Amino acid sequence: MASVTHNFMKLFRGSSSGTQGEVQQVPQKLTRRSSGLGELARLWASETPLCVLDLGSTSPANIRFFTEKEHKIYSEDLLVASTEQGLLTKDEQGNVVLDSRKFLADNLLYPAAHFDVVLCWNLPDYLDESLVRPVMGRLWSVLKPGGMLLAFFHTKDAGPDSPCYRFHIVEKDILEMQRIVVRREARRGPTGAVHTAIGEGFRLQRVFNNRHIETLFRDFASIKFFLARDNVREVLVVR
Amino acid sequence: MSAPVSADLAQIGKSVVIKGELSGSEDLYVDGQVEGSIALKNHSLTVGPNGQVKASVEAKGIVIQGKLEGNVQASDRVELRKSAVVTGDISTQRISIEEGAYLKGKVDISGAKVEKVSAR
Repeated sequence: MASVTHNFMKLFRGSSSGTQGEVQQVPQKLTRRSSGLGELARLWASETPLCVLDLGSTSPANIRFFTEKEHKIYSEDLLVASTEQGLLTKDEQGNVVLDSRKFLADNLLYPAAHFDVVLCWNLPDYLDESLVRPVMGRLWSVLKPGGMLLAFFHTKDAGPDSPCYRFHIVEKDILEMQRIVVRREARRGPTGAVHTAIGEGFRLQRVFNNRHIETLFRDFASIKFFLARDNVREVLVVR
Repeated sequence: MSAPVSADLAQIGKSVVIKGELSGSEDLYVDGQVEGSIALKNHSLTVGPNGQVKASVEAKGIVIQGKLEGNVQASDRVELRKSAVVTGDISTQRISIEEGAYLKGKVDISGAKVEKVSAR
């Protein structure tokens, strides 16, 4: 009986070795076809080396995908960066918010018009409200004119506890989505600070409607929507 | 993970703090703190799990298990283990990244060979 209980608990604990203080990522992976990524695939085939910014979790698959094509890939996990304790501040009403100026002083430090492509993935949906617009403004400035940005948004049908995924490029228009399930104690960040646990992964902050998305990207030259069956709205914008 | 034992391996233990320019003609294992620069042209550098390096690094092969802040240049191969936290640009011929490694920076491959190593 004891062994049955043990195995039952092991099933729910996942495959962790039980080490405290590690990000617990149960390897639940899904694949999906991405129309937005398919549009960008025309760029990957270009002979001109591209400069790509991946704003998701560090992905060996994505790094391999781009470097094999001789493109330069930059990796910066903005969701993890947004959990730095030093960002907490209070607004005029006394509400706790994140200091967007400090955030942009420490992150997305690139020359203007530097990138051909920015992969936002689901960042806007999970990023703290106080950071969304400033980050999009900074991304506009680091994109080259004609550069493209891809982002995924939940539709109104998605629940508030929608899981947060990491995205790995498998083929030119196929993504592998890896769910981030439990975050017991976040890892030590780039400044050495240990991010405190933020519960069950990253929480969906809001659900954008089309008008909100158009407003968010109003400084971009064009916007294209792709609606998918899995309650995701893919958006491809051009600076 | 304890430091490897080898007669040809120089080691900086986890209580050691060094500020300055390090260079050498043997392999180096760093589990302490180094600030400045590290140059081991034809040898390998390993940053252990307790290592905290704030330096530009140049070596033949580089394995990172701890924290490194600075640009990384390897004439052969760079390996980021799952506990690696790297802030800086990486320039190398080959790179291996374990699931769980954190990188904030650019990856520039000459000779384009990226190996994916799954977390064990």
